[in-house]
Amino acid sequence: MSATTYAWLVLLFPLGGSIVIALGYRTWSGRTAGWIGTGAIALSFVNAIAAFVQLQGEPAKARHLTSTLWDYANAAGLDIKLGILVDPLSVFMILVVSGVSMLIHLYSVGYMGSDRGYTRFFSYLNFFVFSMLLLVLAGNFVLLIVGWAFVGFASYALISFWYRRATATGAGMKAFVINVVGDVGLVFAAILIFRELGTFDYLEVFDRAPGGFHTNEWTIVAICLLILVGAFAKSAQLPLHTWLPDAMEGPTPVSALIHAATMVTAGVYLIARTHPLFELAPTAADIAAFTGLATLLVAGSIALVVTDLKRIIAYSTMSQIGYMVVGVSIGAYSAGLFHLMTHAFFKALLFMAAGSVIAAMANRQDIDRMSGFGRAMTFTSVMLIIGSLALAGFPFTSGFFSKDAILSYASTRGGMYEIFTVLGYVGALMTAIYSFRIVFRVVAGEPCSEAEELAETGHVVHAEPENPATGDVEDTDVGFPGPEHHIAEQAPTMRMAMGALAVLALIGGVLQIPGVDDAITKFLEPTFEDSALAAIQPSVGDEWRDLTIGGAIAVVGIFMAYLLYVARPASTAVLVRRLRPLHTFLVNKWYFDELIDVAIVRPALAVGSFCNRVFERLVVQGLVAGTVDVVRGAGGVVRTAQSGFVRSYALLLIGGFTGLGLYFLLSSS
Amino acid sequence: MAVEWYLVLSALLFAVGAGGVLIRRSPLVILLCLELMLNAGNLALVAFSRMLGNADGQVFALVVMVVAACEVVVGLGLIVAIYRRRLPLNVDELRGLRG
Repeated sequence: MSATTYAWLVLLFPLGGSIVIALGYRTWSGRTAGWIGTGAIALSFVNAIAAFVQLQGEPAKARHLTSTLWDYANAAGLDIKLGILVDPLSVFMILVVSGVSMLIHLYSVGYMGSDRGYTRFFSYLNFFVFSMLLLVLAGNFVLLIVGWAFVGFASYALISFWYRRATATGAGMKAFVINVVGDVGLVFAAILIFRELGTFDYLEVFDRAPGGFHTNEWTIVAICLLILVGAFAKSAQLPLHTWLPDAMEGPTPVSALIHAATMVTAGVYLIARTHPLFELAPTAADIAAFTGLATLLVAGSIALVVTDLKRIIAYSTMSQIGYMVVGVSIGAYSAGLFHLMTHAFFKALLFMAAGSVIAAMANRQDIDRMSGFGRAMTFTSVMLIIGSLALAGFPFTSGFFSKDAILSYASTRGGMYEIFTVLGYVGALMTAIYSFRIVFRVVAGEPCSEAEELAETGHVVHAEPENPATGDVEDTDVGFPGPEHHIAEQAPTMRMAMGALAVLALIGGVLQIPGVDDAITKFLEPTFEDSALAAIQPSVGDEWRDLTIGGAIAVVGIFMAYLLYVARPASTAVLVRRLRPLHTFLVNKWYFDELIDVAIVRPALAVGSFCNRVFERLVVQGLVAGTVDVVRGAGGVVRTAQSGFVRSYALLLIGGFTGLGLYFLLSSS
Repeated sequence: MAVEWYLVLSALLFAVGAGGVLIRRSPLVILLCLELMLNAGNLALVAFSRMLGNADGQVFALVVMVVAACEVVVGLGLIVAIYRRRLPLNVDELRGLRG
């Protein structure tokens, strides 16, 4: 079978899994649905590997395979196909997506075990993976938008999974609305592309673009900026990022799947996919890169002060996506995608470990209340430390190689791009501090009461179910979290998933060690062969210099976190008191929610209420009421003739006919 | 005989019928008067047909008779229905359709 057949199978299994699980939701007892879902994604992963092997068998020049199932629309110069594009970039993405998703499904089998919505959860989860795979495999902009919108819907369904929790449904709606803003941008971009180039097909667009546009012509810049609106909304970049931290309302495996490993990387993928357009519009690419830089710094600084465990990890996701956006925007495509892959490993691992900790805390997420889980949950603690090491870029972990590859490329490209290297290292320092803030708060210190109980009795502490954000009382029926909290120590599937990710997070970097090998760059080369920017490669010496700096910064950051949170625990309070305005500013997340409220929501509401008061009340209702009055008045006049006397009707009839006859008689003579 | 006599008779019959429809209150009599008006029309049709030597008018008269028969069926049916419901057989009292 060819690579494209395997790619179709990659799409088929998650879709089939989703439908089968959904149709049999009354039938599947126990954990059947979980295993069906996991099996479907595992089969998808196997087929992704097969597609990869087949693609490697092709000559390098021919690694752009397309395949079409049927035509969507074929009329008047419009030719939209239900077609996929299998090239190194899409195969790379399906490997990462299906591989990491498989492990997250495996984790969910245990984690969601007691939830009453178990079957529904796996149906959504499989549908989400299908949407994401469709997004990355799409061969034209129309199918891309289909996958893009599916992903938006699936994330809405999963964030609002506990649908009786008001905060969760609110977060789901927020995510959906912001994602739709991005969808609209992407649709406009596709329409503009079609108007200028007359096709939606990726390969044809990229083929015709260099002839169709001058560099930095306003149309191509507009197209790229519209694509960026879509990419930023999905990838949670400024200023469309506010949905991501709120989306932590969903179950923890959802956070791991959607908001760490797959969905948020869609924007990075899109920029990499449309790189021929961005290279024709360097202005747009620079805007993207600076937005990524701003995001990584803003999110990193917020992650230093928030106290919700999952939100810290969410902000670190935003920050790491910022690195990837910088990478793919300035031309470090393979480095950006390499970071995407390693980030998927260690971020999914971090979320899983966090989920385990949260379960042990009976769903409480405040890290100020956590301490001393090192003895009670040794396995989870080790996982948390491995994930944080990779996130911080500790030497020879996966994050160490991938993050510094981006920064190294920036310094090699030189000029103003040196800014990205310098500020990227500032971001790396913050990353190291906040990632080890988690570790030192959760693992180190005197055991809190929950940790003590777990260590002594082996049982997770019991607490009355409540919403951790608002303290509202809940029950454990469908629509709320289930009654039992599963921690990784005790559930074998969760241990397996976390163990596999931990290994990948530790050694994932060996794929691309400067001077030793460059598997990712080699593999992705056919996709980026026509790119002038991809040809820029930092020398091995430069890369090792930057790696050394990055590693040193990580170690310094971890040491600073040690000083702050372990050696002198009182110093954080002192810092907060000294820097009160800054702390308030950061705790309020740079007031982005308030900014959007003032800039967009309030004006929209004002316009709405103005329209309601003036247009609706006066114009529309006036028109309607006026028409009614006229008709009613006329009716009142005419109704007097309707007396109900049959004989008076007869008189009218005869009199009328007589009058009419007389008129014609007189007028004709 | 000239056609005028027939027309005068027809007009008289029609006037009697119309007068009956207008002044009588019993639905049965109104129906009879309606028949009278229709037959006045028939008489005129047949008279003209004879004057012109053309059978079209007679055919038309036959069609009018058929229509009149149908109308009587409906009308009598209504009257029977009114009677069965113990409603007054007086069109002035049946004013349910007053606007």
